[in-house]
Amino acid sequence: MSTPIITLDGIRKTYRTGSLEFEALCGIDASIDEHEYVAVVGPSGSGKSTLMNIVGCLDNPTEGTYELAGEDVSTMSEAQLAEVRNRRIGFVFQQFNLLPSLCAWRNVELPLVYAGLPRHERRERAIGALERVGLGDRTEHRPGELSGGQQQRVAVARALVTEPALILADEPTGNLDSRSTADVLDLLDELHGTGRTIVVITHEPDVAARAGRNLVFRDGQIVSDTSSARAVAAR
Amino acid sequence: MNWMETFRSGTEAIRAHRMRSLLTMLGIVIGIASVILTVGFGQGAQNKVKDEIDALGSNLLIVSPGSSTDDGGFRGGFGSATTLTLEDAAAIADDAAVPDVRRVAPTSSSSASLTVGETNWTTQVVGTTPAWLDVRARELAAGRFFTADEVASGADVVVLGPDTAGELFSFGSPVGQTVTVSGQQLTVIGVLGSSGASDDGGSEDDQALVPISTGKSLSGGTTGSVSTIYVEAASTEVLSAAYQEIEGLLATRHGVTTDDADFSIASQESLVETANSTNKTLTVLLTGIAAISLLVGGVGVMNIMLVSVTERIREIGLRKALGATPTVIGRQFLVEAALLGLAGGVIGILLGVVGALVLPTLIDQPVTISLLATAAALLTSLALGIGFGVYPAGRAARLTPIDALRSE
Repeated sequence: MSTPIITLDGIRKTYRTGSLEFEALCGIDASIDEHEYVAVVGPSGSGKSTLMNIVGCLDNPTEGTYELAGEDVSTMSEAQLAEVRNRRIGFVFQQFNLLPSLCAWRNVELPLVYAGLPRHERRERAIGALERVGLGDRTEHRPGELSGGQQQRVAVARALVTEPALILADEPTGNLDSRSTADVLDLLDELHGTGRTIVVITHEPDVAARAGRNLVFRDGQIVSDTSSARAVAAR
Repeated sequence: MNWMETFRSGTEAIRAHRMRSLLTMLGIVIGIASVILTVGFGQGAQNKVKDEIDALGSNLLIVSPGSSTDDGGFRGGFGSATTLTLEDAAAIADDAAVPDVRRVAPTSSSSASLTVGETNWTTQVVGTTPAWLDVRARELAAGRFFTADEVASGADVVVLGPDTAGELFSFGSPVGQTVTVSGQQLTVIGVLGSSGASDDGGSEDDQALVPISTGKSLSGGTTGSVSTIYVEAASTEVLSAAYQEIEGLLATRHGVTTDDADFSIASQESLVETANSTNKTLTVLLTGIAAISLLVGGVGVMNIMLVSVTERIREIGLRKALGATPTVIGRQFLVEAALLGLAGGVIGILLGVVGALVLPTLIDQPVTISLLATAAALLTSLALGIGFGVYPAGRAARLTPIDALRSE
């Protein structure tokens, strides 16, 4: 019996620009269990990025409740949300979002800095994470000295260094060639294999095919929720 | 994230943009350097004046004529009157009337040209009495001073200041030689030692002393008026008593009240005060200008910090996504601004100290480095950094992570 890690109940998000109102999400009810591998797909403007921001605790919903691992985060303050992001979520962005002035292991240790770990332990764990993504020999390189695929692997190492239960990847392969795409997707598979919940936002069919469950978005609503045979078997 | 980490990330951010950080600090650097220099100039000038006045002699009172008022009621400048006379000087020297005075030296000076062979030198020729040497606390480097008899007889003798002697006699001892002044031949009987006032001694070392009677005949004057009467009080304790005694005596002799006196009496102390008040005005003015440049420097820091927040908006968003709270982000930018201010202050102090060491060799003006001003400058630069860093830091702290991540 699996327990839900993400429970969305009537989530609405409305953006207001002057007198114009735009409803990005119109009432989302969804639940994602622990150890699930979910792909959120849909055309741009369908609201999947907005959902990602809310699920990632980067943004508050206008309406509705969101429980992450049993905690209601939809009413938390910014400081509380920062702590939740730090402890529970690992982010992988399309733009990698590495700090160019820091070398690879210093980038990876950043979440541990905010978690308040001592320096020697941070370094140990950051280098361990880089070894897991196959970059044990690139720890002192700066992002500018690494290829796109390598940079995204550093970003994955940063996402997993805190051992979070949830990994959120927003178009993780959008800026990569097919060879690096395969590398990164293999890494996500591997993380899923070690018991983590993975949520990937993508519009690439082969990325979505790797996930056990596909949530299809259109105009701020979920229009289809399909589980593959593999995922069903896993339950 | 503790303070140590914040401090490290602040220095890293500053080092990552070396050129921009340097330009940001420039305003504070210039401001602090000019504060150090202006305060140094002010104190240097004060010390110099104090040295010069101290060198005048101890327990000294200086009696000068007041301003004159002509028949039309126009008042001339200070010292324009010729109200002091030799008789006034003699009266002050009277032990019975003025018990707290030890010695009195009236002087009467005029500018004249001294000639030795082909060499000409224009200087102040001061007619006085033998008491001058003790009253002014001076010593002789060679020869002797003139006597009371020589003053009475109007002897043709002269005592030269060390600089004057150097100008007129390049070789050998001047004592026994002859100097021509206004067509009159004077025999050099002595040379003064250096006054020791500041570096060059100024006019104190460049003058020619003659018996006051001889001085009168040189300048063609016949009246008994004198330009200044130097009075030495019996001790420092009775200086103010002597002041009042002289003031009362001269007022009675001149038939005026002390409020309407046609003379003035100055002590060393009052001279120092007068000189300092002028210096203070200048120092306050210059320090004000330096403070304005500091303020401009602070605004510069704020400006660049705001640019830095905008430029690093994605970094801020990322750090927040990874778990940085608004407090931590705000603190990071505040520490960065404080470090910029402090670094600017340190560079400014170094620059100011180098200036204080180099400038006196270029222009003839002493500069004193004040420890108090240096410490104050350091604190000010730190406070500027923090004060002008608060607003940018607050802006960075308030950014929502999603807006920050999304911006291009």
